[in-house]
Amino acid sequence: MIHSLFLVSTAGHIFLEKHWKSVISRSVCDYLFEAQGKASAPENVPPVIATPHHYLISVYRDRIFFVAVIQTEVPPLFVIEFLHRVAETFQDYFGECSEASIKDNVVIVYELLEEMLDNGFPLATEANILKEMIKPPTILRSVVNTITGGSSNVGGTLPTGQLSNIPWRRTGVKYTNNEAYFDVVEEIDAILDKSGTVVFAEIQGVIDACVKLSGMPDLTLSFVNPRLLDDVSFHPCVRFKRWEAERVLSFIPPDGNFRLMSYHVNAQNLVAIPVYVKQNVSFFETGSSGRLDITVGPKQTMGKTIEDVVITVHMPKVVLNANLTTNQGTSTYDPVTKVLVWDIGKLNQQKVPNLKGSLSLQSGAPRPDENPTLNIDLRIQQLAISGLKVNRLNMFGEKYKPFKGVKYVTKAGKFQVRT
Amino acid sequence: MQRLLQLPANAVSMVKTAQGQEEARSPVLTPDNGQPAWYNAVPPEESRHIRPGGEQEEPGSSEDAQMQPLRHDDLKEMLDSNKDSLKLEAMKRIVAMIARGKNASDLFPAVVKNVACKNIEVSPPRPSRYRDISQTDPNQLIRASALRVLSSIRVTIIVPIMMLAIKEAASDMSPYVRKTAAHAIPKLYSLDPDQKDQLIEVIEKLLADKTTLVAGSVVMAFEEVCPERIDLIHKNYRKLCNLLIDVEEWGQVVIINMLTRYARTQFLNPNANESLLEEGGEKTFYGSDEEEGKEDKVEAAALVVKRKPYVMDPDHRLLLRNTKPLLQSRNAAVVMAVAQLYFHLAPKAEVGVIAKALVRLMRSHSEVQYVVLQNVATMTIKRRGMFEPYLKSFYIRSTDPTQIKVLKLEVLTNLANETNISTILREFQTYIKSMDKDFVAATIQAIGRCATNIGEVRDTCLNGLVQLLSNRDELVVAESVVVIKKLLQMQPEKHSDIIKHMAKLTDNIQVPMARASILWLIGEYCEHVPKIAPDVLRKMAKSFTNEEDIVKLQILNLAAKLYLTNSKQTKLLTQYVLNLAKYDQNYDIRDRARFIRQLIVPTDKSGALSKYAKKLFLALKPAPVLESPFKDRDHFQLGSLSHLLNAKAGGYQELPDWPESAPDPSVRNVEVPEWTKCSSREKRKEKKVEKPFYSDSEGESGPTESADSDSDTGSGSGSGSDSGSEDSGSESGSEESEGESDSEKDEKDKRKMKKWRIYVSFCVALLLKCSFPSPQAASPTCGPLKTYELLHRITGEGLAVTYCFSRRPFTGDPHMVSVQIQFTNNTEVEARSLRVLEPKLQSGMRIAEFPEIDVLPPGEISTVVMGIDFCDSTQAANFQLCTHTKKFFVTIQPPVGELMMPIFMTENEFKKEQGQLMGMNEITEKLTLGEGCRGDHVIIQRVISTANLSRVPCGSAMECRFAGKTVTSGSLVLVTVVTKEERAAQVTVNCEKMLIGTMLVKDILQALSQ
Repeated sequence: MIHSLFLVSTAGHIFLEKHWKSVISRSVCDYLFEAQGKASAPENVPPVIATPHHYLISVYRDRIFFVAVIQTEVPPLFVIEFLHRVAETFQDYFGECSEASIKDNVVIVYELLEEMLDNGFPLATEANILKEMIKPPTILRSVVNTITGGSSNVGGTLPTGQLSNIPWRRTGVKYTNNEAYFDVVEEIDAILDKSGTVVFAEIQGVIDACVKLSGMPDLTLSFVNPRLLDDVSFHPCVRFKRWEAERVLSFIPPDGNFRLMSYHVNAQNLVAIPVYVKQNVSFFETGSSGRLDITVGPKQTMGKTIEDVVITVHMPKVVLNANLTTNQGTSTYDPVTKVLVWDIGKLNQQKVPNLKGSLSLQSGAPRPDENPTLNIDLRIQQLAISGLKVNRLNMFGEKYKPFKGVKYVTKAGKFQVRT
Repeated sequence: MQRLLQLPANAVSMVKTAQGQEEARSPVLTPDNGQPAWYNAVPPEESRHIRPGGEQEEPGSSEDAQMQPLRHDDLKEMLDSNKDSLKLEAMKRIVAMIARGKNASDLFPAVVKNVACKNIEVSPPRPSRYRDISQTDPNQLIRASALRVLSSIRVTIIVPIMMLAIKEAASDMSPYVRKTAAHAIPKLYSLDPDQKDQLIEVIEKLLADKTTLVAGSVVMAFEEVCPERIDLIHKNYRKLCNLLIDVEEWGQVVIINMLTRYARTQFLNPNANESLLEEGGEKTFYGSDEEEGKEDKVEAAALVVKRKPYVMDPDHRLLLRNTKPLLQSRNAAVVMAVAQLYFHLAPKAEVGVIAKALVRLMRSHSEVQYVVLQNVATMTIKRRGMFEPYLKSFYIRSTDPTQIKVLKLEVLTNLANETNISTILREFQTYIKSMDKDFVAATIQAIGRCATNIGEVRDTCLNGLVQLLSNRDELVVAESVVVIKKLLQMQPEKHSDIIKHMAKLTDNIQVPMARASILWLIGEYCEHVPKIAPDVLRKMAKSFTNEEDIVKLQILNLAAKLYLTNSKQTKLLTQYVLNLAKYDQNYDIRDRARFIRQLIVPTDKSGALSKYAKKLFLALKPAPVLESPFKDRDHFQLGSLSHLLNAKAGGYQELPDWPESAPDPSVRNVEVPEWTKCSSREKRKEKKVEKPFYSDSEGESGPTESADSDSDTGSGSGSGSDSGSEDSGSESGSEESEGESDSEKDEKDKRKMKKWRIYVSFCVALLLKCSFPSPQAASPTCGPLKTYELLHRITGEGLAVTYCFSRRPFTGDPHMVSVQIQFTNNTEVEARSLRVLEPKLQSGMRIAEFPEIDVLPPGEISTVVMGIDFCDSTQAANFQLCTHTKKFFVTIQPPVGELMMPIFMTENEFKKEQGQLMGMNEITEKLTLGEGCRGDHVIIQRVISTANLSRVPCGSAMECRFAGKTVTSGSLVLVTVVTKEERAAQVTVNCEKMLIGTMLVKDILQALSQ
């Protein structure tokens, strides 16, 4: 299946290659560079490129292209999903998935790749198993290794989890404090039009868990209002039959952090849009200038404060600079990338944040006839905007009493206001 | 090199974990004196000469700066140094070099050497050794790893060994080992496709496996080796369907794709009736005449089908039912696989369920979106209704990458119908204002397609597009012109004002395609704009020489048409243009000019054709059909690479058409789990054959075996494990018990004992076969076993106990030396419950006790076997021997020669191994051979009776070589006896364990000088 993997930086520098079958010359990446040259941005490089002898399937993440070389028919999503899994594993191991961190940990990267694929077919992709075999780098261990000259990141125990039919959980887990935390994170995806009417809005959420429980706990998580959930996808640990029958999540959790489920809230329920935006962006026919005026205010917030509000505007190319004043937060305009960022912070009921000022355009250039879209970022703590509520969490199979915590957060997902 | 270099770390861990089985992962993957296969792929100098690019690009990079001054010589020096930290640094740099595609092959020897000395306990392994490990190690993970390493050696010489190892592993007790066997199959197949038939046998066997762990891997192997052998699936079809939900996610994808193909060959089309109606309708729509004949046939067939009401095969239903929950998987590939299965197999009414899941995938990474949208685009052509409720999910955001935008646009266009067109058009209006011009162009195309497909909105669209003609962006205008041209072709009469408007644009628009389109329009409909057309031609004639080729051709075209309709006004202009074209640089244009002149300008020579010139040029042209590029893509299996590329990728398996009538469904019936029966029968057969080799006396072997197995299951069941068969060590026992799936437990419980015994005896047989390659070679080794006294009959108050080292591998745990203990009851009363109590052992030593002897009647003799792990030391094992009344302290002290077991190797291997064990590890002593010690066979016999070694075949008459490995750690023990003139001789022992070497030399000296 997957023949080779190349990691390529945006600058076109191949900084890591790994071959599972035979060595494929790195010149195959030229086809990627060619496509990259044609594309206006790295995101626009097609994920699948056919070359005379191979197919390149790539994903672009964290400014790195993960390029898999394959030779025969294979479902493209299979490869894409795997490459993302690789990137996530790196992220998990090194804290960030960047060229520098990968270069610093080349040995571990190789060990990981060797375990993740066998002859091109995925073997161990569960973080729990991998961590049992290959220990993530820590400062302590690297210090010890430097002093003693020991080189092993490889775990001392055999990956017994691989043998079981709950491969996501490692065996012999022990904690002094047994804790289980669940974050219910909801994102509002919305498109508002010029006048502020909702063109499209939906809520999707995820439940991320951090479970640190000893032994083999069997958890059951139930909701007050499971009917809200329209479409769900689960971590493999969740027993689907019980969800079908009783609408509860029953599972033996992996150890550590994982995404328990992601869901989509029933589209019939009207989505509460927590903010309103009034905007006016206009460019004048004469004088190479324009005016910008944006006001943001809280709307349906269910009594919570809206925090971390950031508005990002991608300006047309002809906008040279912006001379703006605001009564709250800071605004910056980057003339190179043409991005205006207005970092507002908390939204108060009393004072309505406003940003206005003039835009200077390239002289002589025609007035841009398109208006930029506003992208809004925000966060509301202690609120799941759909109203989803966890009812209770029960544990079976172990005797101790764990500490259980649930947190709700609402964020803006792809929240756009057209102008 | 790559594999090689990451292994030191691995190898170290295996030392820790596996107590001496570390070579399972150790790095040297080369066969005898061969370079690894992957070396040849990189020409030696390539990296330095051909690819300096990488270095030049980043001259300032710190890593390069570090690397540059360090030539390979320096790295070699570092590797040769005594400091571990330097070596480590060197290794890391080499890995980094390889990561960047540099050639490090000249460092290979240095690294190998290093690996050999770094891990004192690692001896460079050989393929056959891996095979031994893969068969005999008590820990399933190590067996599996050994097989994995073995199968990764890409050298044809070892094909037979690999084949044997795979076959063994395929019937291993541990599902994990069987999984590894399945993984090894494609590797072997790619190495040597001639093995296909044998491999298919293995696949067939593994397909019958009932564990989820194996299912995915074996289907993968099936797809790579023999995807055409669909008959192998029949018996396993239902099992695969039922296991599916518990298989790991990557396996699910492979299985679902395979089952889709299978189902297409075995079941009837659930939509046979509907699809026929649908197709019929479509065909008339597209008006293809040739297919009518076919259609009749199909209809006839359909009538047959219609008469018989369709009933879905229960197996078909089973597949649909069992795959549906997987739509909820977090893995996009699994969801897509199920979606395509439903699209290709489900009745129309049920396909809808996949829409929601696919829409969910659209929130994933952009690459996932890209692939999913491609598939959705294909689906929306066939089944538009399915995605209509999710129309808004395909709305485009300004932050989407262009390729995603274009695909969403495609889907929106496919979804457009009379009811939603107004919403869609409103949405399109916002898109046209986007900054992304490629996207705007695609939107204009999309509007054009909506206009052609939905008659009601044609005028609205056209008006909108005309407005775009005054857009400031030339690309937008050009695209609009092209689309308007296509639309106007449908009803030109009504739109002469649009044509006029466009004629004016020729002054401004510079995009060649747009200019060409306008000229074509004016020429085609010159009768609607009789006044303007000649004037346009006049302007064009002026600028003719500066136009692009495509525009020049259209100018000629326009000239010709005008000449035919309005020759009075345009005759001279046409002549002028034709003259210009005659001397054009492009021969296409010269050619066209000549052709047109002959056709339209009447001369005496002009043939019959010129009469029809008008008909030729001004024939009514059919309006173009604006079609989705995704039409007809569904003949590729959705979700496949071929579908995405719209071209057949290598190894693509066609999705078969539904059969006319269903094949016999009874082939899928499974009555009895056949495989356990027959495989155990095979084993039994082998056992019989092997018996003479490993048993001195027929009568003895029977009880020994059963005694072994009893003792083992005893300890195994203590820890609640049901695979105690393979490990009596408590550690691995508990590992395995957790590894077992619930379903297996039930299944195994009853058959366990019986199967297990057969398995053990089989293993023993195999082991012995490996150790002694032929009976001839083996015969001298079987000298009389030396018996030691454990308990004298006087101290034992009538109970005499002797022991000897049976030199047979201890069946429960190969790390143990098996000690055969013989009890003789010299008293008048029976001794009861003879057992071991309170062993006092040195740290690390272990004892596998023999099963308690319930009753030993007076005068009787009983023999049992116990296993002792001496940890490769000659320290004694102390324990108490109890009867129902007494306790006796006893001691077993092994001679050093019993701490090893023979291994078979060739002379070359021996020399190579010996070369690795020089210096401190080599002990040489000279001696004078004893009186009776003449001739090879005596020497051989004496050495072999001293130490449990096997002889290595040897070319020289003066030399005798012996090889073995220590039982616990598996360190090699190599003995060479060289005889010289007179009775002088020299004994050399090479062993990593110096202590053992020294002691062994002493013992052999003594034996030989007697």
